[in-house]
Amino acid sequence: MLNIDNLHATVANKPILNGVSLHVPAGEVHAIMGPNGSGKSTLAYVLAGRPGYEVSEGSVTFSPRHCEERSDEAIQPATSETGLPRFARNDGGRLDLLGMEPHERAAAGLFLGFQYPVEIPGVSMLQFLRESLNSQRRARGEGDLSGAEFIKLAREQAGLLGMDAEMLKRPVNVGFSGGEKKRAEMVQMGIMSPRFAVLDETDSGLDIDALKSVGAGINRIMRAPDKGVLLITHYQRLLDYVEPDRVHVLNAGRIVRSGGPELAKELEREGYAEAAA
Amino acid sequence: MTAPFPTHKQEEWRYADLDALKPVWERFAQPVTMTVAAGEELEEVWLPAGEDVQLRRVQLALGKGASARIFALNTAPVYGRVELEVSLAQGADFELYGANIGTGLSTNEFVTTVKHVGEGGRSRQVIRSVLNGKAVGSYLGKVEVARGAQQTDAEQSVKAMLLDRGATANCKPELEIFADDVKCAHGATVGELDAMQLFYAESRGLDPASARALLLEGFVTGLWDSATSGDAISEAARDALRRVV
Repeated sequence: MLNIDNLHATVANKPILNGVSLHVPAGEVHAIMGPNGSGKSTLAYVLAGRPGYEVSEGSVTFSPRHCEERSDEAIQPATSETGLPRFARNDGGRLDLLGMEPHERAAAGLFLGFQYPVEIPGVSMLQFLRESLNSQRRARGEGDLSGAEFIKLAREQAGLLGMDAEMLKRPVNVGFSGGEKKRAEMVQMGIMSPRFAVLDETDSGLDIDALKSVGAGINRIMRAPDKGVLLITHYQRLLDYVEPDRVHVLNAGRIVRSGGPELAKELEREGYAEAAA
Repeated sequence: MTAPFPTHKQEEWRYADLDALKPVWERFAQPVTMTVAAGEELEEVWLPAGEDVQLRRVQLALGKGASARIFALNTAPVYGRVELEVSLAQGADFELYGANIGTGLSTNEFVTTVKHVGEGGRSRQVIRSVLNGKAVGSYLGKVEVARGAQQTDAEQSVKAMLLDRGATANCKPELEIFADDVKCAHGATVGELDAMQLFYAESRGLDPASARALLLEGFVTGLWDSATSGDAISEAARDALRRVV
């Protein structure tokens, strides 16, 4: 579903990614672990298209409609191939992700959960998310959700993640605690219902209860045969709730080791220096 | 008798578009007088009109413990001016929330003099400007604290966004204080949209133009949050932003 091939990237002319190759098939959750400065957040930003993060080599393809032939797609005409006419693409529904603008990537079904969610004073969470979602829907050739439909959806998602729906009326992330911001990111993810989520240290700043509910949220929203997740984390903790299919260790801008869920436990026990050696 | 036509040498007319003012000066030469009696409250929403040149010149007197809140949108296509001279008696409260939104060759400005005459008065002036093209947006604000007006609490907050290198923001907060136990704060910034906020909004699916419009809207409409009925002015501000961006 997401295919990263020999990805090199620089930030302010400094090489950070030095040949990352990674394949996340539909239906799987992959974890990326690694020490500080190994390039984890850079990888997340490059995938989402943050300006200033320059790709110098390599490619990323994204196949959001991986399961196109599945029978239930027939009753969702909005997700048919014709919904994505203007994106750069090669063949068979595969999109050249790096050739797309950040908003086109979002419309194609990519979601980035920010490590540090951004505050936007003066714009309510509801307005921000409604305009974002409708903008995605229009790009896919789907109709706008009405105000009432959207509020119902937003309240439902907030409720499922244990967030007070009143917070949706407040300006985006303004005055939210660290944990509330992370929870709000997951509410946003629930509302957008993306095909693929890149979650950058969504677990940092969460207490045990919040970690549990965020973990449950990730499973509920993203665990599906036609979805995929790249979970970036420092610690094993979140992986107790969201069990990864594969674990990769990123060091100095490359994947130095890959394995099953047991690799995360080994890293936690022995540290990156030992396990990645 | 008409008051003499102003010149740029007068500080309060320094950035004014006097050529645009000339043909209509007679209509505006005399400021309007408003009074809020002791203990009374006033809330005014000043929406833009259709004319090329729009002026409001108001002298506002607040009695003991009176309060006034003014919400003003200044977005004239040629020259817009909101001019306020406010006097605050003991314990009076004055708030001004104003926006300049301009493009092309327009000039829009707030020119205020807030006189704290009595003790314990409070004033808040919050001005936001969004300027494109070769537009000029100004705030000239003088706060005078009279001898004996102790415990005055005055604040001026002025921020401008310039969307084009040709646009100009002028900002001149001025304090004249003759009392020793007062709190007078002012802050001013001129900037561009925050790159991280833009990326965040785009990563959620907003195209760059919509993301910019949304961020600018937030920058301005946050001004009307405390208005009892802020819908009309918010709507007018959104219209003006659509025209300008």
